[in-house]
Amino acid sequence: MFELKQVKYQDIIDIKELIIERNKVTCIIGESGSGKSTLIKLLNKLISCDCGEIYYNSKSLNELDSVELRRSVIMLPQTPAIFPGSIKENLLIGLKFAEKPLAEDEKLSSALQFVKLKKGLAEDADKLSGGEKQRLALARVILMEPEVFLLDEPSSALDEETEQLIIEAIVQYCRLNKKTLIMVTHSKKIAKTFAERTIELRNGKVLAEREE
Amino acid sequence: MIDLQFSQLITAYVFILLLLFIVRVRGISREKEILISTLRMTIQLILTGYILVYLFEHISPFFTVLVIAIMELFAIFNIYKRTKVKLSYALKKIIAISMLLGTLSSLIYFLLIVINISPWYDPRYFIPIAGMMIGNSMTGISLGVDRLVDGMKTQKQLVEAALMLGATSKAAAKQIADNAFDASILPTINSMVGTGIVFLPGMMTGQILAGISPITAIEYQIAILLGILGSVALTVIIFVHFGYKTFFNKESQLIIEDSSNPVL
Repeated sequence: MFELKQVKYQDIIDIKELIIERNKVTCIIGESGSGKSTLIKLLNKLISCDCGEIYYNSKSLNELDSVELRRSVIMLPQTPAIFPGSIKENLLIGLKFAEKPLAEDEKLSSALQFVKLKKGLAEDADKLSGGEKQRLALARVILMEPEVFLLDEPSSALDEETEQLIIEAIVQYCRLNKKTLIMVTHSKKIAKTFAERTIELRNGKVLAEREE
Repeated sequence: MIDLQFSQLITAYVFILLLLFIVRVRGISREKEILISTLRMTIQLILTGYILVYLFEHISPFFTVLVIAIMELFAIFNIYKRTKVKLSYALKKIIAISMLLGTLSSLIYFLLIVINISPWYDPRYFIPIAGMMIGNSMTGISLGVDRLVDGMKTQKQLVEAALMLGATSKAAAKQIADNAFDASILPTINSMVGTGIVFLPGMMTGQILAGISPITAIEYQIAILLGILGSVALTVIIFVHFGYKTFFNKESQLIIEDSSNPVL
């Protein structure tokens, strides 16, 4: 699905070759500063590499339109982005941005149920706790039905239980719907529990790759 | 009309003496600023007076265009200086283009269609009206620039999140651009609401003092207020429309200058 060849970005990423497979849960692990978050930002062209090539479905990212790419390779950032407005508005905003048909309330509520967020659609999104905001952001991207999810490890402000819950929900969704999940985490335990494949980075280079 | 004598004008400076006395008594250290600003105002206006007299006596398209060019240049550099935020080269270029396009097109429409002056370069109309339009557009765009740059910085996370959700750069920056437009035109709209009740605009007051019928003065004032609003709105809409684009590259990636690692 993704293929990286001789990719360099500033002095943060220096990857000779790397393949990330379709329909699998891939974990990217490594110490902080090893380039994990930068790597996934390269995959949806939130940033572009200085040299080398990245291929998505055998097409070079240089040939793909950034906005179109981000509509099928969606990234969930470390800190959830909550836009001013209600929970419903926050759920719909992703579909609006991606110019996709808007979902009915029933579908929105079931997305909330899926991420175990027991809140009404009309409630103010800004009043949610950190963990709840993270789950709302997850429900939002699930509604968008992308091909690939890029998940930057949920912010360290979350307790372990909430983090586990969020990751479990997205892994379950991806397995059920045959989606690709690429997840950054510092925790080897999380990688062991969920990953089918683990890529370990150190100083921007691939240190090890293994099937779990 | 009463022609002010030099001695009469001098008596008006009593207000400054009064102000200086008050700040001295209250221990507010503003004497220097008050004196400098009074001096600047006096010298600038005297010079302007003589220049205008010269221009009105030597009517020429060259002089009129030169004055407008100086006004535009001064206004543009004043915007660069007045904005509280650091401006990128691309944004400075957009500011200059918006000011020129917005004010000049409104000015030409206003003078040639609304007032219908002849010859087209008559400095008696051209210069004061250009001054009002350029001055107000300058204030408006300054507010817009501050709001846009500040918004892009403080809400960088939301803009980036929108891009991650597949938004075009236009959609990602829409809220911030709309706020900038709103902040720019609001003072002009508010001043229209208060006009005639809370205060009498300077141009109208000046015409009335000069002996013109209040009805004529009001007609001019209404026209000029509409012209100013048009000029501010046009300038700001051009600025906002192109200004937000300077924060993105062609790959719809956020680029915010003067931050060492904007995307990490």
